[in-house]
Amino acid sequence: MIDMAWIDAALTSARPQAVGALLRYFRDLDTAEEAFQDACLRALKSWPVNGPPRDPAAWLIMVGRNAGIDGARRRAKQTTLPDEAVLSDIEDAETPLAERLDGADYRDDVLRLMFICCHPDLPATQQVALALRIVSGLSVRQIARAFLVGESAMEQRITRAKAKVAGAGVPFETPGPVERAERVAAVAAMIYLLFNEGYSAGGKQDDRARLADEAIRLARLLLRLYQTEPEIMGLTALLLLQHARAAARFDAEGEIVLLDDQDRSLWDLRLIGEGLALVDKAMRHRQPGPYQIQAAIAALHGRAARAQDTDWPQIAALYEALERQTPSPVVTLNRAVAVSRTDGPRAALDLIAPLEPRLAGYFHFHGVRGALLLELGQQAEARAAFNQAIALANTPAEAAHIRRHLDRLMPNGETR
Amino acid sequence: MLYAILCYNAEDVVMSWSQEEDDAVMARLNLTHERLTAEGKLGPSLRLMPTTAATTLIKSQDLVIDGPYAETKEQLLGFYILDISGLDEGLEIARELGRANPGGAYELRPLRLFLPGAPLT
Repeated sequence: MIDMAWIDAALTSARPQAVGALLRYFRDLDTAEEAFQDACLRALKSWPVNGPPRDPAAWLIMVGRNAGIDGARRRAKQTTLPDEAVLSDIEDAETPLAERLDGADYRDDVLRLMFICCHPDLPATQQVALALRIVSGLSVRQIARAFLVGESAMEQRITRAKAKVAGAGVPFETPGPVERAERVAAVAAMIYLLFNEGYSAGGKQDDRARLADEAIRLARLLLRLYQTEPEIMGLTALLLLQHARAAARFDAEGEIVLLDDQDRSLWDLRLIGEGLALVDKAMRHRQPGPYQIQAAIAALHGRAARAQDTDWPQIAALYEALERQTPSPVVTLNRAVAVSRTDGPRAALDLIAPLEPRLAGYFHFHGVRGALLLELGQQAEARAAFNQAIALANTPAEAAHIRRHLDRLMPNGETR
Repeated sequence: MLYAILCYNAEDVVMSWSQEEDDAVMARLNLTHERLTAEGKLGPSLRLMPTTAATTLIKSQDLVIDGPYAETKEQLLGFYILDISGLDEGLEIARELGRANPGGAYELRPLRLFLPGAPLT
């Protein structure tokens, strides 16, 4: 028995490999996508009748290549092609493929497809939108809904992004080790952006929140291609460990619930388990990188059965390591939160004081500062900081969260 | 007679299932699991995490490699279920077992789901 859900999942999972290979054949993204689309239509007709092929991706590549060549022939009104390009009927596609895809080709195909979405001239959201379209195969309407914009606006955005990518020249030569490492890093960054689009969406399981699931799927795919890369283990672990808390991050009213106050029974233990296993694997390589360190921090939270069991000294040390690797005021701000748990709010305030000039326009800076001042009993200063934070809030949930702090300050002006 | 059923499937397809699809498959399977457990026929059943979470110890060379055991010269001859602190402890145990039984490899793969089932004799 073969049901539509199975076919759907098979087409989705085969897509990066199949479109990647078709892109290598045709050297044109639109042709590759059309060819894949054709192959999918034939799969929908053929698979329920003939049964699914042993290797759906290879089937789709073969059928897609034939379809693409037919299409090119029609367009060129050209009847003669070199003999070798005249391929057998699609019924033959199931016979052992002359061209067994070798592992290296497959990896470079998928990596190339992901990498072309990471063009540095494309703004982050366009990289993500393009990846969702061509790597994940989401429809323009689904992407538009996820980004809360109109369908035609998103269509335009994706068309422009595609034109930019095509104009930049897709890198078809087999990359050398340095170049490959750069591509992997760029793709990892894009997947992280995609995850954050979903993560920042809030608690509702809407189109936007599903972006986090898709990011995890792509991270696992990248890790399957590069099984020995500790940073890709770290990235995948980080996404899994963060996503494990999704159900606990917002309350019934859609308001933010801080880590300390989350109902840990809502955490997804399967995702935490997978994340912890990947952190263990990555640590054995002794090549710490930013994703691994962030994953290690998330792992310490994930291991704590209760908020008071959290290993804050270790978290503070990890933020210090992260600061050394990627110095940034935002990392220091995060370290300060850990330091407030180990050395108290005064030490944390001292740590963030020098950040003010650079983070004056950053919501979380004022939110953290307000909370630390509140802990010290400096009500008036805390209120001023919270008011600054509200003015800079990025989402209604962020604003509501700060407002609750303010409300607690308001009644008599003195009580917490 | 004790039997094991080993489950093979296309990992990337299964990992592409939505939560709803996954739940639907598990719900269908659970009907059979529950009946067999009640009949005292089903012992522990489990679901493995993806191969990306696997680590392999090649016993003869004491070589630890990332990923599943991919060679086809050897066959799956047995397995253990352990409750341990993490990968390092798992590798320690695997090495100890390997000293008693050199040759071949051990793949360490975390479990995603463990159902104890009925006690078997």
